[in-house]
This record gives sequence, structure tokens and C-alpha cells, in this order.
Amino acid sequence: MTVSDRSGDAATSPLAASVGLTDADLLAMYRTVALARAVDERMWILNRAGRIPFVISGQGHEGAQVGLTWPLRRGHDWIAPFYRSIATCLTFGMTARDLMLAQYAKGVDPSSGGRQMPGHYGHPRHHIVSVSSPVATQILHAVGIALAAKIRGLDQVAVAIMGEGSSNQGDVHEALNFAAIHRLPFLFIVENNGYAISVPAEKELSVRDVAARASGYGIPGVIVDGTDVLACYRAGTEAVARARAGDGPTLIEAKVSRLTAHSSDDQQTKYRSADDLAEGKAHDPLPIFRAQLREAGVLTEAAEAAIAAEIRDAVDDATDHAEAEPDPDPAGAIDWVYGEHWPGETPPPWHGQGGPAAPTGGQH
Amino acid sequence: MAIRTFIEAIRDGLAEEMRRDASVVLLGEDVGKKGGVFLATDGLWAEFGDDRVIDTPLTESMIVGASIGAALNGLRPVAEIQFADFIHPAFNQIVSEAARMRYRSNNGFTVPMVIRAPYGGGVHGALYHSQSVEAFFTHVPGLKVVVPSTPYDAKGLLRTAIRDDDPVLFFEHKKMYRSVRGDVPDGEYTVPLGLASVRRPGRQVTIVSYGLMTPYSLEAAERVAGEGIDVEVIDLRTLRPLDRDTVLTSVRKTGKCLVAYEDNRFGGYGAEIAAIVAEEAFDYLDGPVSRIAGPDVPGVPYNHALEDWFMLNPLKIADAIRKLAAY
Repeated sequence: MTVSDRSGDAATSPLAASVGLTDADLLAMYRTVALARAVDERMWILNRAGRIPFVISGQGHEGAQVGLTWPLRRGHDWIAPFYRSIATCLTFGMTARDLMLAQYAKGVDPSSGGRQMPGHYGHPRHHIVSVSSPVATQILHAVGIALAAKIRGLDQVAVAIMGEGSSNQGDVHEALNFAAIHRLPFLFIVENNGYAISVPAEKELSVRDVAARASGYGIPGVIVDGTDVLACYRAGTEAVARARAGDGPTLIEAKVSRLTAHSSDDQQTKYRSADDLAEGKAHDPLPIFRAQLREAGVLTEAAEAAIAAEIRDAVDDATDHAEAEPDPDPAGAIDWVYGEHWPGETPPPWHGQGGPAAPTGGQH
Repeated sequence: MAIRTFIEAIRDGLAEEMRRDASVVLLGEDVGKKGGVFLATDGLWAEFGDDRVIDTPLTESMIVGASIGAALNGLRPVAEIQFADFIHPAFNQIVSEAARMRYRSNNGFTVPMVIRAPYGGGVHGALYHSQSVEAFFTHVPGLKVVVPSTPYDAKGLLRTAIRDDDPVLFFEHKKMYRSVRGDVPDGEYTVPLGLASVRRPGRQVTIVSYGLMTPYSLEAAERVAGEGIDVEVIDLRTLRPLDRDTVLTSVRKTGKCLVAYEDNRFGGYGAEIAAIVAEEAFDYLDGPVSRIAGPDVPGVPYNHALEDWFMLNPLKIADAIRKLAAY
């Protein structure tokens, strides 16, 4: 990264030293948080401008996402994320272009080739498991990945990530029980933003903290402030080390705030008070992290401006690139139901002709 | 060549694939020391150990969901659902996840896994140990569904299913486990998916069958043969992908088609066969495409009189053949 090169990789402020990182690392983390926010904000603009039909957002979650997953080994460890995991996917190797192609659902969209709604990211090379819409199913996939890693001796850690609303699903219980029994190299991250669409935490959780449930599985349950990126990094580092050492899974609950409506089809003022929304804004991880890095002397004015310019360019480039890419060809929509085409599985009559044939009637 | 029971053929198939490929692992309830409630995995834990024969908690969604994850990370899991009746907690993982993973990731991720489940009635299993569940899954593109009817096929198809790169549901009729025996070669062989078998050639009526209904249909065909009705019996073996050609070729020859399936009649798998035959062999038909199937009650009732009422058998199938032949 150009900015960190300028400040020198070896530079280590007391803040960076306190978490065992360099200033360059902190700047890279900041850049990822800020890039995720900028991509996300662009998504909403494109939605309001009628360019993309749907947005689901990660605003308010980015600090926790970057801090918690930063300790993982990219392309080696695995993550099974959810639809708000924009910053997580960037941390794990996806680019602004990759994410924007998913918003536009273009043919070269690496997540799904335009088959899935925006927010359903995935990338085989980066070990980011394809996201679906039924919530919490991915926790079992991550547990199975961890099981395979253990059996195959691969020294990998698998992470499942979801919101506190999804954490109520039965799959979560089944997954944590099994992962704990076998002490799998597994990490369960719950990004608790206090709402399952419109339902507040007190009506979806019988306890205040999801982390309290960890004790039922005999595993550590850790609560972190999702606006404190470095506290998240510390918690993530400990949990990953535990997992890699064979000491089993950890549940980390990050308290975050949801800065946007659930999605572009939701109006959160209908169920959230003005005070509640203002309280949420006060817990925006981006300005908090920025202020922390400025105060520590890590983020100079020049570095901040350079990062901002770089991000602006990256988001513009990603938008232009995705706009220019062609839509997927309907002739390919029948592909990849299975690994091969089966003669018994008859394609629709219009397959390969670019669109439904006009009804002719009485063909025979 | 050795004579093996249906379940011995399945056990042999599992053991041989596990010896051949270290990435094949088993997960399920009681599959370890006990060897499964039907003993399909008997002896495998002793041979392959804890890492490859994994006793799970009573969590069907986890059995399937974790198998999906393990498949994403280089293993070839064979999940056992103790009874097909208990597969429903895993429905979301099978239908929303395993079946769609390849499609939704545009071929980015694949799920090479097999889900084995004993199905079917006639064993005093009542509502929750007798169900036929194939129609729920044959409806779903992305899944392959296999129902063998002989020990030879059970082993050969299971091997192919384990080597396949897509999720395969492998339904075994539990009444056949010990009651059906047959020749099984000692050496390496496989049976391809998506290929039906003509078990009995005939000229007048085609019966399309699978699972336990295949031996029943063969017996029914023998019964009516003495009355001058010449029946062709097709064993589908793979329900999806379906071997249309074998079905349509037969019906175009005989002009009459009877579909036999044990599941409830309404909306069952046989309805799809009937629709395909009606659409694609209409000009050749010399009688209504007919179905003989289980009655439309929510499950197989327990008392033997009630169970006998529910179950198809060779006599009932023979009656249906006579009716169609006389049309």
C-alpha cells in the first residue's frame, strides 16, 4: 500500500506496539474499514439512483469485522460470512470491484455470476464460503470445514459470522455443541446490532448477551466493543490462537450498531426512536477508529488525505467497471445445476436462443 | 462372485471406498461402535477409527450441514440419516444449501457428499419409521437421488455416488436389507448414475418402478404372464437425473404404462413419470398412463392389518396390470 510504504513498515507507535502490530498494519486496517464504508455508501447512492435494485448494508459493523478477522491467515483459513460482511470480505481478499460486481449482479461477478442478490458474497480462492439467504446455515458449514481441517491436519481455522438475530436459529445450537465436543478449530462471531430487522434484542434474546450462551457448551464467550477495532483484534487473536492450538472453539460477541435500515426495502424510523438512532450514530466505528489513530500519531493529515483519495478512486473504478460489464447471458442460466449436463434433464425449449421463444402453438 | 444381502453389499461398498480414498468419512447417529441401527456400518469404526467414522449427536441438520462444510474442505462425507423419516430437520441444509451451492456460486463451490437413509414400510415401523421421502428431493434441481433395488446395484451405485462431485441422496429400502440377496462380484465395479435397467423385457405393458417396488413388480409380472399378459419391468435406479430414454423407448413399444411407487399417490415421484410419458409418448399410448401407489394418508399405520392395507404388494400390482392390460 502506497501510504504505509511512505510511513515505513517498521514504524511502531506505542498504540501499535500495544497489540503487537506496526503502524502500517493499523493504517491498512483503517483503510479497510473506510473502504468498506465507502463501498457501502456508494451502494445506497446507486440504489436511490435506480442503478441497483437492492442493498443490504454493513454500516456500523465494519470495525468489528476488520478487527476480529484481521488475525486470520488469508487464503488459508476459512470464513462463512453473512450479508453484512462487506468489511470482512475486503479483509479476506475480495476487492471493491468484486463487491460492486455483486451489487450489479454482472456475469463476471465472482460471488455468483449474477445469480444471487447483492450481499450474498463468496469467493473460493479466498476461502469465503458462498452466502445464502436462510440465516445461520453457514455456521454448520464452518464447523464442517473445521472438522475437515482437523481430520486432514491442515492447521486451518474456520469462522462463522452472523447477527444476533440469526444466532437464535437451531443450527447454532447444533453447531456449537458439535464443535465443542470435538474441540474444533472454530470461531463463532456474533455481530450484535440489537435488531433482527425490526425486533429489538429484548424480544429476541432471553439473555442480555449472546456470549452468555457459550457457557452452555463449555466454551469461552467473549464480549467486545465493536467500535474498538483494536480490542476486537485482540479478542480475535486470542480466539484464533486457541483454535489453532487445538483448544477448541470460542464465541465472540461484538456489540455494534446498525447505522442503516435493515435493507433498502426497510424503513427503520418506523420502529426505532430518534434517540435510539442518535445513540447508534455515536457508536460509529469509523470516526472512533480515525480519532484513535490520529491521537496516536499513526494517521497523519497527509496519510488520511491520501487514503481518502485512494478509496475514492477505488470506489469510482469499481462502479465504472461493474457498470461497463455485460449482464450474464441467459443461455448460461441452465449451467452448473450439476457438474455435468444430463441428457435426462431437459433444458427449457428456449435454451441457447437468448430468450423465451414466442409461443407458436400447435408445433406438432 | 458371492451372494450378499442388500445391507452387506452396502457395507462392502462403504468399506471399499474408504480403503480406496482416505477422504471418505462417515457421519451419523450410532454409526461408530454400534455400526448403525441396521448395522450398515458394522466394523467400519474398528477398521477406520474415530476420525473417519464419527458418531454424531442427535442433530440431523448438523449431520448434513457439517458434511457440506467438510465437503467444501476436501472430504467426501457419507452422512447417514438413521431413518428417512428423520431427514426433515436437515431439509433446509439439503435443499437450500447442498443442492444450490454449485449453482449459486456459479461453479465456485461443489458439495461432493452422499446422504444415505433407510426408507420404506412393511417392517412394522408405523408413521415415523416407514416413510418414503424421495419426492421431496427429486423435486430439487442440484440433487441426485438414487434408489437401488438389488445388492449388485446397491454397491455399484453407492460407489459411484461417493465418487460423484454433486450431493447424492441414497435411499435404501429397509425391508430389503436382509430379505434380498444377490450376486455381487468381488472385484472393483461401479454402476453409473442416471441409467435405468430393464429387468424384464415384455411387449404389452411397461411397469416403471424403483426400490422395493421393482422385485414386487417382477413378481406381479410373473403372476400375470400365465394369463397371457407380457410385462416389461423397468427399474429406474436413479430417480434424478432420470433416464427418460429407457422409459420412453419401452412405452413407445408397449403402448401402456403403469408407474408403481410406495409413497403417497398424490404428488408422488410417479406423477412426474406419468406426466413425461403423457407428454412425450402420447401418440404411442393405447391406454391411460396409470399409477399404483400408497394411499393418501399421512403415514403408514402400525397395526399389521392397517399396514397391509397401506403397502403395495405383488397381488395389488398384478391387479393394476390386469386392469390396464384390459383397457
